[in-house]
Amino acid sequence: MGKEILSMQNITKVYPNGIVANNRVNFSITKGEIHALVGENGAGKSTLMKILFGLENPEEGEILLDGRKLSITSPNVAILNGIGMVHQHFMLVPSLTVAENIVLGSEPRKGKLFLDMDKAIIMAEDLAEKYNFDIDVRAHVKDIPVGTKQKVEILKALLRGAEILILDEPTAVLTPQETEELFKELIILKEKGHTIIFISHKLHEVKHFCDRITIMRNGRSMGVYNTKDVSEEDISRLMVGRDVILTVTKNKAQPKEVVLKVRNLTFVNEFGKKALDDISFSVRNGEILGVAGVEGNGQRELVETITGLLKCGKNKILIEGKDISVLGIKELRDLGISHIPEDRMTYGVAENLTIEQNLISNTYDKKELNNGFLMDMKKIIDTTVDLVKDYRIKCNSPKQTVKMLSGGNIQKVVVAREFATEPKLLVADQPTRGIDVGATEFIRTKLVELRDDDSAVLLVSADLNEVMELSDSLIVMFEGKIVAYFEDTDKITEEELGLYMLGVRKQTNEEIGGVVYE
Amino acid sequence: MSKNLRFDILRTALAIGIALFIALVIILFASKEPFTAISQLLIGPLGTVRHFGNVIEMTIPLVFTGLAVSIMFKASQFNLGAEGAFFFGAIGASIIAMKVALPIVVHPLVAILVGGLIGAVITGIPAVLKVKWGASELVSSLMLNYVALFLGLYLINYFFRDVNAGAMVSLPFLETANLLVLIPKTRIHFGIFIAAIMTVIAYYYLYKSKRGYEIIVTGENIKFAEYSGIKTGKVILMAQLIGGFIAGAGGATELLGMYTRFSWQALPGYGWDGVIVAILARNNPILVPIAAFFLAYLRIGADLMSRTTDVQNDVIAIIQGIMIVLIVATSFLSKYRHKMIFNEAKENLGETAKEGK
Repeated sequence: MGKEILSMQNITKVYPNGIVANNRVNFSITKGEIHALVGENGAGKSTLMKILFGLENPEEGEILLDGRKLSITSPNVAILNGIGMVHQHFMLVPSLTVAENIVLGSEPRKGKLFLDMDKAIIMAEDLAEKYNFDIDVRAHVKDIPVGTKQKVEILKALLRGAEILILDEPTAVLTPQETEELFKELIILKEKGHTIIFISHKLHEVKHFCDRITIMRNGRSMGVYNTKDVSEEDISRLMVGRDVILTVTKNKAQPKEVVLKVRNLTFVNEFGKKALDDISFSVRNGEILGVAGVEGNGQRELVETITGLLKCGKNKILIEGKDISVLGIKELRDLGISHIPEDRMTYGVAENLTIEQNLISNTYDKKELNNGFLMDMKKIIDTTVDLVKDYRIKCNSPKQTVKMLSGGNIQKVVVAREFATEPKLLVADQPTRGIDVGATEFIRTKLVELRDDDSAVLLVSADLNEVMELSDSLIVMFEGKIVAYFEDTDKITEEELGLYMLGVRKQTNEEIGGVVYE
Repeated sequence: MSKNLRFDILRTALAIGIALFIALVIILFASKEPFTAISQLLIGPLGTVRHFGNVIEMTIPLVFTGLAVSIMFKASQFNLGAEGAFFFGAIGASIIAMKVALPIVVHPLVAILVGGLIGAVITGIPAVLKVKWGASELVSSLMLNYVALFLGLYLINYFFRDVNAGAMVSLPFLETANLLVLIPKTRIHFGIFIAAIMTVIAYYYLYKSKRGYEIIVTGENIKFAEYSGIKTGKVILMAQLIGGFIAGAGGATELLGMYTRFSWQALPGYGWDGVIVAILARNNPILVPIAAFFLAYLRIGADLMSRTTDVQNDVIAIIQGIMIVLIVATSFLSKYRHKMIFNEAKENLGETAKEGK
């Protein structure tokens, strides 16, 4: 075991909304290790790392680097001290090339004024070669796949002399194959003497190739372990304090009539690219149809056209036989469509309004909640108190503003509102992204309940486990097309799905056509 | 949350305190008779019934424009057309008051209604431009105020001018149109009731009706509103029409209550002041009368001060400026707030720890 190079002691961080993200956390790493930082969403992992990288200032505690006390007030200080971070959401300029992105901020110059692009390319190539990264440095970032973007981020940090590299949930956006590749590269980095902090909540990855693990729960550190000494079950128990079984029990689906028909739907985006390319499928009531795919392959456009946020052509989308192209969102909702949006803070809630106000945004004008000219405040309170209870939204009172809630509880607000109308069709877009295990389990169970109550559910998720666990049948999207249809989700493996998601394999048109019911 | 409200009140009070303090220091240095000046500014309006009456008289139009701006701001529409709407509403009401013979009670009501409708047109134009073509309502309403001013003056000076009067004023109003003066020795008029009724209606509309709910949701997060099925274009338009109506009705009320002819040759400024009132009241209709009274009190105090001492009433501009900057600046006292949250969070942690184990 190497010597300790960095330690964070008694770190406490309170966010302006009153959430205690870190509560006297201790964390230390030794040179040349891959150190996993695991915990549920909202356990405080990202916050701790943001403090280390100078993006947040802690209220209490200190950071020691090589035994020397260090005050990291900004990312610049962190970089100067050899700390680099690859964020969950990439911070790259899409219109620039890989090489340009790598040197951004420390560009080689000709004279004082001009960029030396040739030198930038050589620098980037040398760097990629040194670490065995297979990458075309002349390609534009907007054209390269997610996995490669991540490599660019890592190279960017390395060019700035990062000895300690923080990776914030690096595998969240990767396919199984890309994940595999990332691991190989990280091991090369480790052999070259770099130290890696790896934030994750995918236990098998952690178990596979990390040396030590720090487990966080509820803003506190639950201790440091050698990976070989603990099993996945142990880690899981420490993370959540109980044995989580994330398999939702459900009976076989009994689909009946077709609720949603999508026929030859094509959508051309503002850049002239076909985001959706001649898509046809059906969703019947009593079934959950999953949509798998790497993000950005048309899922968002699909969801937005069905829910009315984007307009589509005539007779492309029908709900119970009714053409929706002429309907507004209000009319669609009146038809019985509910929508859990991908971006909950932008579309799902108004964060400065109360839980109560957020819970009635789709029912505020209904007769039941109104009394002549005025809203029936008592009825509204009763309804929302019930929803808060039924959906276990953790809050002091429904009059609290939504932004004071944790991510999981905010999502429960969205789910409660969308489910309360007993929809005919629910479009759920990443319904459990970025929320804790407890809330995830709860929402998934509710989704299955909704299906059993004869709703049709279209489930879009980048989380493979989720689509495979919940969906009765599954379609895979790649570059705006449906490339595969599996009538029974239980019969496919994650690896197989990965091949379709990456466009390596494609089913025949007949096989795909199986998802079209009349 | 009550904690938030308490913090807001504290912040507003502190902002007012600091602004007053700075103004007093300036007076102390600038004036030869600082103590008379300060006492005139702070307690002058309480001196006589007439002076206190002046405060109430000024409060009335400020309530109208404060409500108008609050409703528009609540929808996140920064329409500054309340000024033009107030002015042009007054013009419309004057014409009714001069030229249309109606019985008492009915006459002022019709005039105020017409004033309100005209006001709605003035703020409605930028609203339509915004909804249809995405033109910034801030810019277009600002410019439109001057169109309203000069168009109004043209109408009065060319078609309704009293040529026998010594000044540029309109024909006198018919007597049936005037609003009743309520308290002798002052000009406090029936408009105070109309303002009070408007306040109550605005409060209920905004906080207790479904249309008001639409305004609030749209103003907080327009994407969320659209996603929820709210027709945001309609809401944006509606909020501004209502704002304009209230401002226009305010102009009409002011004119019928305080004047016997139309005599303004410039924008009266109540629309701009409505912005200050709305900010002080945090766009809450129920707080608007308090904020309007406060501003009117300051104005009358400053007026008395400048009449009796060597300090000009421009001092009021300093007070207003500092006040608004401190209230609008979100980071003012944010450290204190953060500490408050931090301490509270710590307390809660202690409690849950005890409960937990």
